[in-house]
Amino acid sequence: MSSITPAIWRLIWQSTLQTLQMVSLSTLFSVILGLPLGILLCITSPVSQGGLRPRPVLNEVLGRVVNILRSFPFIILIILLFPLSRLIVGTAIGTKSTIVPLSIAAAPFVARVVETALKEVDPGVVQAAKTMGSTDLQIVFKVLLPEALPSLVSGLTLTIINLIGYSAMAGAVGGGGLGDLAIRYGYQRFRTDVLLVAVVVILVLVEVVQFAGNRISAKMMSKR
Amino acid sequence: MAGEVELQIELKNLVRTYDNVHAVEDVSLSIPSNQIFGIIGLSGAGKSTLVRLISLLEKPDSGEIYYDDERVDSLAEKELIKRRRHVGMIFQNFNLFSSRTAGQNIAYPMEICRYSRDEIESRVVELLDLVGLSDRKNAPISTLSGGQKQRVAIARALACRPDILFCDEATSALDPKTTQSILALIKDIQKKMNLTVVMITHQMEVVRDACDYVAVLSEGKVVEQGPVKELFSHPKTNVTKEFMSHLVSNTRGVTEEGVVLWSDFPAHYILRFMDNRVETPVISHVVRRYDVSFNIVGAGIQKVGDIKVGTMVCDISGDDEMVAKAIASLKKRGITVEEVHV
Repeated sequence: MSSITPAIWRLIWQSTLQTLQMVSLSTLFSVILGLPLGILLCITSPVSQGGLRPRPVLNEVLGRVVNILRSFPFIILIILLFPLSRLIVGTAIGTKSTIVPLSIAAAPFVARVVETALKEVDPGVVQAAKTMGSTDLQIVFKVLLPEALPSLVSGLTLTIINLIGYSAMAGAVGGGGLGDLAIRYGYQRFRTDVLLVAVVVILVLVEVVQFAGNRISAKMMSKR
Repeated sequence: MAGEVELQIELKNLVRTYDNVHAVEDVSLSIPSNQIFGIIGLSGAGKSTLVRLISLLEKPDSGEIYYDDERVDSLAEKELIKRRRHVGMIFQNFNLFSSRTAGQNIAYPMEICRYSRDEIESRVVELLDLVGLSDRKNAPISTLSGGQKQRVAIARALACRPDILFCDEATSALDPKTTQSILALIKDIQKKMNLTVVMITHQMEVVRDACDYVAVLSEGKVVEQGPVKELFSHPKTNVTKEFMSHLVSNTRGVTEEGVVLWSDFPAHYILRFMDNRVETPVISHVVRRYDVSFNIVGAGIQKVGDIKVGTMVCDISGDDEMVAKAIASLKKRGITVEEVHV
């Protein structure tokens, strides 16, 4: 087993950057997709669960779609979404194209995280806002979201960590990043040391995100 | 009770049913303006539902609600939101926004009513001053005591200058001393702002200490209503009498009203003497005439509104027939006799 040459170190660095790019962009897009979906899931739910505008049919349909997407094995989802990636990014392989399935896989997760966080807001507070003559939009943006912010941050932390894991998996189908490196160099070329380094970098990323998320959430709570 | 009474809130035959259970069953009430009106009832009597109906949070299955002469139960969504902005409400659990400071909580209703930034700023200061919390403007809600939280809630409820203030069990989570200070604040504000205050409670002492009028709610119906003084001097229904007996059992030991119980011996009767009879020797008369004996366990004088109510907790013993006659005689003399089931 040869030692890790500077060229390989550079490769590891590039892969790390690719992973960071994939994770940050897909976090952004999954929030853009998942946040409205989560809000919709919350406000269309039955009154007993804190729904502002109960719409049973819409709620049921949205819930089902979210469940189906969430129970889909990620690796299959990437393959199924190849055509979509090609349509949006122009290619189905590489870092950028992986962002499409990553975002779509994480969006329903974000939606559930948002839904749960909003439903945890004290119904009494929502009732108070209602008696003061708040519109539904004001309740969502001035009451529900701010009140739920600490749990939303915790949920976002969880989403990012999930995405780091997913992005590594995307390496199996030529997605780029640390997972790709680990599979192509570490596994297929029997470079256990490269595999190990890739895994350690992923672990460090997860730890850093978890630590930062916890700190932000705790700081918010301490100001309340 | 002179002076003209304008009917500010009028409820007509309100009915609200949940899963075949009548939460509110045919309630009609006239709530006069510029007064503190109490609605008292045990849990399950339909109070919370009634509040949700009067405060326009829910629509009745049938019946009508009028604010002044405007029918408000059938308003469209937009009008409803507009109307709610002139209604203040405070709650048992305060329901403050934990994501906002005390000052920002008070600012909320003004933000949604699109007050200007300067206006909000100056009104927040003014309101904090009104409720005696000038120095807690930037305090996070969790750092406030229960009484302070309710003060912030009151300031928030008053922010948009409402003409009605609903208090939904507003003092039920507070200790007796804090309850008194919050009631004093509400009374003070009611006078200053000419508010119509509706207080929903299960505590008779709240009615006694703060309300002008009261309606007693039981099983979704109003069983008795009238000026507080009258209700206290001549309670008609058992529900009301039970509430009054709670008042006494709550005051075991020395209390601020001066009812002193010097024995925990379970007495069977509570006698109430109104204003003019406090000084007549009724008891001696009854003892001599019917040959019964009184064992007095506790007594005192309570003030209800402007009148004095003498309360005596006692046992009456002797021949059963004579005891019955003695009680009848007491009642004939205008003394309220309540039997306590121990």
